[in-house]
Amino acid sequence: MITVKKLVKRFGLKAILRGVDFEVQTGEFVALLGPNGAGKTTFLRILASLSRPSLGEVNVAGFRLPNEAAAVRSRLGVVSHLPLLYGDLSAEENLRFYGRMYGIPGLEGRISEVLEMVGLDHRRRDLVRTFSRGMQQRLAIGRAVLHDPDVMLFDEPYTGLDQDASSMLDEVLKTVAARGRTVVMTSHDLARAEDLATRFDILSRGVISASTTRAELQGSNLLTFYKEALAG
Amino acid sequence: MESKPLTLKILDVVAILVLIAATYMALNAPTERVMGEVQKVFYFHIGTAWTALLGFILAGLFSVVYLVTKDLKWDRYQVAAIEVSLVFFLITIVLGSIWARPAWNTWWTWDPRLTTAAVTELIYVAYFMLRQGIDDPDRRARFGAVYALVGGLSAPITFFAIRLFRTIHPVVIGGSNAEAEGGFSMSADMRTAFFFALFAFTIIFIDLFWNRIRLGDLQDKVEQLKLKVTM
Amino acid sequence: MTDPFETVIEETTGRAKVSTRPRATFFKAVSAVVWKDLQAEFRSRELFSAMLVFSLLIILIFNFALELDIKTRQSVTAGVLWATFAFAGTLGLNRSMAIEKDRGCMDGLLLAPVDRSAIYFGKVISNLAFMLIVELIVLPVYSVLYNTNLFQPGLLLVILLGSIGYVGVGTLLSAMAVQTRTRDILLPILLFPVVIPVLLAAVKASSGFLTGADISEVMLPINLLIAYDIIFIAVAFMVFDSVVEE
Repeated sequence: MITVKKLVKRFGLKAILRGVDFEVQTGEFVALLGPNGAGKTTFLRILASLSRPSLGEVNVAGFRLPNEAAAVRSRLGVVSHLPLLYGDLSAEENLRFYGRMYGIPGLEGRISEVLEMVGLDHRRRDLVRTFSRGMQQRLAIGRAVLHDPDVMLFDEPYTGLDQDASSMLDEVLKTVAARGRTVVMTSHDLARAEDLATRFDILSRGVISASTTRAELQGSNLLTFYKEALAG
Repeated sequence: MESKPLTLKILDVVAILVLIAATYMALNAPTERVMGEVQKVFYFHIGTAWTALLGFILAGLFSVVYLVTKDLKWDRYQVAAIEVSLVFFLITIVLGSIWARPAWNTWWTWDPRLTTAAVTELIYVAYFMLRQGIDDPDRRARFGAVYALVGGLSAPITFFAIRLFRTIHPVVIGGSNAEAEGGFSMSADMRTAFFFALFAFTIIFIDLFWNRIRLGDLQDKVEQLKLKVTM
Repeated sequence: MTDPFETVIEETTGRAKVSTRPRATFFKAVSAVVWKDLQAEFRSRELFSAMLVFSLLIILIFNFALELDIKTRQSVTAGVLWATFAFAGTLGLNRSMAIEKDRGCMDGLLLAPVDRSAIYFGKVISNLAFMLIVELIVLPVYSVLYNTNLFQPGLLLVILLGSIGYVGVGTLLSAMAVQTRTRDILLPILLFPVVIPVLLAAVKASSGFLTGADISEVMLPINLLIAYDIIFIAVAFMVFDSVVEE
C-alpha cells in the first residue's frame, strides 16, 4: 500500500530525512515513533502529498508521488494536530464542504453516517468553535473518513486531549482501523501506540533506525525497545 | 576557496577605466545652449537608467526560468540583478532630481519615466522585505520569483498608464516632442559622449552583476560549511 | 459492508485494472469554496463589518484632511473613493487568507483532490464578493454625505473591473504574505506598487463618468483595466501552485 525508497527531504541545505526506507502492507497499523525533530511530521506530510520529496521514491495506494498526487489524495485521509475545521460553520456544514470538495455522491446520508460514527450526531448543527478540543478532533477524523479512504495518516492525534477525550478517540480509531484500512500514526504516547498498532517503527536522525511488530514484542515493553533503539 | 577568476579581475579594472573615460567625455562635451552645465548630468542619468532597466528585464526573465527549472542558481542571479538594478534606479532618480531643479525649478517632475522608476524601486524594496520574512530557502526563491514576475509585468503597465492618462505628467525628458520642456537635440560630439556613457554603464553593470553573483555563491558555500561543522 | 461509492473500473492497456474515484469537477470545487466563505462570513460578519467601518472612517478622515469646497470636491471624488477601497480592501484580503492558515485549513484544501487553481478562483470570487458588497454600501453613504449621485452604470462598471484586478492580484499576494513572519503588514507593501495601474485607470475612468466626459476618453482606461485583469488573473492562475505547495 505504501512504499518509500531512499526518501530524502532537504530544506535548503539542511537534510531532515536522509534516506528513509519504509513499506506498509494493506491493513497494517503502523505507529511511527521517534524523538522531537526526528522528521516524523515532515515524513507524514510527504506521504500526505503536502510536501514534495527532494530525492527518492514514494508510492501510496499504487500511485507515485508527487506526479500522481491527485489520484493519491482521493484515497487518503489525514488527521493532524490542527483541526482543519472552520469554526464559523457547523459540524455538518464542515462535512458538507469537504464532501463537495471530494465529490462524494449521496453526501447527506454519508454525513449522517459519519457523525454517528464519531458520536457527534447530537451536535451536528452546532458551530465548531463551540466544540471542545476532543470533539473537534473526533469531527476531524469524521472529515478524514468521509470519502472512505484506503489509507489514513494521523499526526499526533492525541495532542491536547484529556483522559475522557483520549478514550473516545481510542474507540473511534479502532472502528476506523477495523475497516481494513492502512493506518500510519505518529505519536509520543507509547502506551496508546502499543494498544492500537500492529507494527512499530522508530524514526531517528532522519532514517528508520528500528522496526518491530506486536508479535515480536510479545508482551515485553515497547518503552524498553524504544529506548534501546534510540541509544544504539 | 577559489579566488576571483582572471576575467573578472580584468573586468573590474576595465569598468573603472570606462567610468573615468565616460566622466571625462561628459565633462568635455559641448555645453548645451539652454540649460548649461547641468545638462551633463543627463549622460549619467540615462546611463544608470539603462543599467537599471537591464537588471529589471533580466530579473523578470530569471523569475520565469527559476519557476520552470526550480534550480536555485537562477534565484541567486535574480537577487543579484535586482540588487544592482535597485542601486542604479536610485542613482537615476537622484540624478533626475539634480537635473530637474535648475531646469524646471522643482525637485521632482512626476514625469512618467521617473515616476515608474520610483514605483519600481518600491517594488524592489517590497521584494526584499518579502524574502526577509521567509526562512526556507526554496520558499524564499519561489515567492521571490513570483513577486518579481508580478512586479515585472506591472511596472511597464504603470509606465504606459501614466503616459496615457495623467495630463499633469508631461513627458519632459527628451521626448519626441521637441517642444516638451527640457527637450533638446544633440550635436555629434554630444552623441558620442552619450553613447559612450551607455556603453560604459553596460560594462559596469556586467561587472557588478558578476561580482554580486560570486558573492552569493560564496555566501552559500559558507552556509554549507557552517552546517558541516555543526553536525 | 456496502461500498458507499459507485466505483468505475476501467482497464487500460497493458496495466492492471485501475478503479477511479469520483472527484469534484473544477466548477464544483470553486463553488464549494465560494459558498463556504460566504456562509462562514455570513455567520460571523467579522471581515465585512471591519471593512465597512474602516471605509467609512477613511472617508471621514478625508473629509477633515482635505476640507474641500463643493467645486474641488467633485474633482477628487473618484480619487477618494478608490483610495478608500484600496486601503479597506487589504483588511479583507488579509483576513480571508489568515482564516485558512490559522487552523490549518489550507492543508485541508490542499488535501482535496482538486486543482490548486480552483482554490485560487474560489478565493478570488469570495474576496471579490465581500469587496463589492462593501463598495455598494459606501457609494450611497458617500452620495448622501456629499449630496452627489454616484449610482451611474458607468461608475459601477469601473468599480467592478477595478475590484476584479485588485482582488485578482491581492489574493495571490495575500497567499504569499500569510506564510511569512511579517504577515499583515507585508500585504499592503507588496500589493500597492503593483496595483497602481488599476488605481490610475479606475480613477481616470471614474472621473470621466462622474463629470460626464466624452465616451472616447473613458474607453481607454476601461480597456486598460480589462487588459490588466486578464493578464494578472492568467499569471496568478499559472503560479498559484508554486505559492501554496511545498
